[in-house]
Amino acid sequence: MTKRRKLVKWLVVLGALHGVVACAGFLSPYDPTEQDRERPYAPPVRLHFRDTQRRFHIRPFLYPLRVREGSFAQFDEDTARVTPVRFFVDGSSYRLLGLVPCRLHLFGAFPARICLLGTDGYGRDQLSRILYGGQVSLAAGLLGAGITLLFGLGIGTAAGYYGGWRDDVLMRLAELFMALPWLYLLLGLRAFLPLSVRPTQAFLLIVIVIGLVGWARPARLIRSVVLSFKERDFVRAARGFGASDGYILIRHILPETSSVLLTQAAILVPQYILAEMALSFLGLGVPEPLASWGNLLANLRQYSVLMSYWWMYLPAVAIVPFFIGYLGLASALQEWADPSKWA
Amino acid sequence: MRFLLRRLAHAAFLLFAVSILTYLFASLAPGDYFDEMRLNPQIAPQTVVALRAQYRLDRPLPLRYVRWLDSVVHGDLGYSFSYNSSVAPLLLVRARNTLVLTLTAALLAWGLALPLGVRSAEHVGRLPDALVSWMTAGLLVVPDVVLALGLLLFAARSGWFPTGGLVSIDFDSLSLGRKLLDLVLHIMLPVSVLVLTALPVLVRHVRSAMAGVLEAPFLQTARGHGIPRRRLLYRYALPAAANPLISLFGFSVGTLLSGSLLVEVVMSWPGLGPLLVEAILSRDLYVVIGGVLLSTLFLVIGNLIADLLLYWADPRIRVE
Repeated sequence: MTKRRKLVKWLVVLGALHGVVACAGFLSPYDPTEQDRERPYAPPVRLHFRDTQRRFHIRPFLYPLRVREGSFAQFDEDTARVTPVRFFVDGSSYRLLGLVPCRLHLFGAFPARICLLGTDGYGRDQLSRILYGGQVSLAAGLLGAGITLLFGLGIGTAAGYYGGWRDDVLMRLAELFMALPWLYLLLGLRAFLPLSVRPTQAFLLIVIVIGLVGWARPARLIRSVVLSFKERDFVRAARGFGASDGYILIRHILPETSSVLLTQAAILVPQYILAEMALSFLGLGVPEPLASWGNLLANLRQYSVLMSYWWMYLPAVAIVPFFIGYLGLASALQEWADPSKWA
Repeated sequence: MRFLLRRLAHAAFLLFAVSILTYLFASLAPGDYFDEMRLNPQIAPQTVVALRAQYRLDRPLPLRYVRWLDSVVHGDLGYSFSYNSSVAPLLLVRARNTLVLTLTAALLAWGLALPLGVRSAEHVGRLPDALVSWMTAGLLVVPDVVLALGLLLFAARSGWFPTGGLVSIDFDSLSLGRKLLDLVLHIMLPVSVLVLTALPVLVRHVRSAMAGVLEAPFLQTARGHGIPRRRLLYRYALPAAANPLISLFGFSVGTLLSGSLLVEVVMSWPGLGPLLVEAILSRDLYVVIGGVLLSTLFLVIGNLIADLLLYWADPRIRVE
C-alpha cells in the first residue's frame, strides 16, 4: 500500500510539473517570439508593494525599465510611473493545450512589459521562453522515449520469442550500440543528417535520432522477460490449445513486459530531455526562433552573457524539478514492480 | 589466456563493426564538404567535380571504404577537408587532452566513491549512510550541463578560476611550478563537473556491493577473530565485493567520455568534443568518423582493462 502511495505521489508531482509546461500559453505573459529591441538583456523586473512615497499598495506594481543615460543595456527603474500588475488579462493569442484558441493570460502589465525573469538579447521575455521551451524539450524527451521503447519492444520480443540466429544477430547489434559512448553516437548520427532545416523538421529529426540511439538496453531487458515467460506452463498450455504466436504474444507475454517498459520510460525520459538539451546547446538541435531549454542555454556560450546576465542561466534551473520527479518515479516503479517476479 | 584472447578478438570485431557502421552512415548522408562550394559563383562547377575526384568522393562506396581502411592502417584516418591535413594528428592532440581530463576524473571519482561507499555500507541506516545517500540523491538530480554552466558562472563571477582553455596565454614563460599550478587551476572546474556527476552512481554501486558482502559469514568470523576494522573492510571485504565494481569501471569510462564531450564544449577545453562539433557543422566527415571511432576505442580499452582486472581479481575466471 505504501509502495502504491509513493508511486501516486510522484505521478501527481510529475503531472503538476507537466501541467505547468503544457499551459505555457496561459501562464506566460507574452508570446515567446515577441521582441522588444529597446530592452535587450533587461534584468528581472522587481515587484513592489511600497512606492517612493512609502505608500502601501495592495496590488503589486512595477516600475518600467528605461535605459540609463549614456549607457547601453543598463537599466534603471522609472519611479515616476507606477505600473500595476493585472491578473487574467487579454494578450497575445495562443492555443490552450495546443487546441483551444485563447487570449487570456494569468498576469500581465500595461503599458510597461512585465518580465519576471528578465529578457534575452532580443528583449524576449525569458519566463515565456522557458515555459514554451519546456514544451519542446519535454515533447522531445517523451516522444524519443516512446520511439525507443517501441523499437526496444519489437526487437526484444523478436529476439526473445523466436530465438536462434535472429536472437544472435539482434543481440550482437545491441552490444554494438551499447559499446559506443552515447553522446558520441548521438553526435555521429546527427552529423550525417541535414543541418539547415526548418525548426519543426529539425525537431522531428532530433527526436528520431535520440529515439533510435537508445533501443539496445530496453531491448535486452524485454528479451530477458520474454525468454523467461515463453516456456511457462500457461503459455505452453495456450500453445497446446492451438493458439497462434500473435495471440500468445499479445495475450500472455507482452502484458508481462509492462513493468519493465514503465520503469525504462521513467529512466529514459529525463535522459532524453538531457540529450535534446545537449544537442540544442551545441547548435545541432532545435534552431531559433523556436525555444528549447538547450538553445536557451546556448546563449551562455558567449562569454559576455555569462559574465553579465545571470538570468540567462535560469533555464538550467527549470530542469531540476523534472529530474527530481522522474528519479523519484523511477525508484518508486522499481519498488512497485518487484523484479523477483521473473527471477 | 584463452579468456583474454577471446576478449581481444571481441574488441577488434566491435571496432571493425563500428567503423563499417559509421562509414555507411557517413556515406548515406546527404551533402558533403564540397556542397557549399557548388553554391559559390566564384568556383567553377568543373573545379568542384575535379576536387571531388581528387579526394575520390566520386568512387563507389565499398572502394572508398577500402581506401579509407588503408589510410587507417597507415595511421592517417582519412583526410580533413577544412584543416587540409590528415585526420590522425588533429585527433591525437585533442584526444590527449580528453584523456587527461577523463582519466583524472575517473581516478578522483573512484578514489572518492570507494571510501564513501564503504563507509556508507558499514553504517547502513545510520547517520553516515543517511548523509551519503542524501548527498548522492542531491547530485543525481543535477544534470551535467546544469552543473557545468553553474560552475562556470561561479568562476566567471568570482574570478577564482580561469573560465576555459587548457593553459594561460603566458604559459610558456612560467616556471615549472607555476606551470603545474596553472594546469591544475584550469583542469579543476571540468574535472569537478565530471567527478560530481559520476560520483552518485559509483557510490551507490559500491555501497550495495559492500553491504551484500558485509553480511557474509566469513566476515562475521573475521570480526570475531578481532581483525581491525580498516583491515577487515579494505583487505577482506572489498576484494570480495570487487566483481561488479570492476565491470562498472569499464562502463564508467563510457559515461565519463560522453560527459566530458559536453563539459569540454562548455568549458572550452581543447579536447575531442569541440573538434567534433566543429567538424559536424562544417561537414568534415572523416574527422567525425575518426572522433567517433576514437571514442569507441577508448571505451573498448576501458572494458579490456576491466576484463584484465577481473581476470586478476577473480580466480574463478582464471580456472575457467
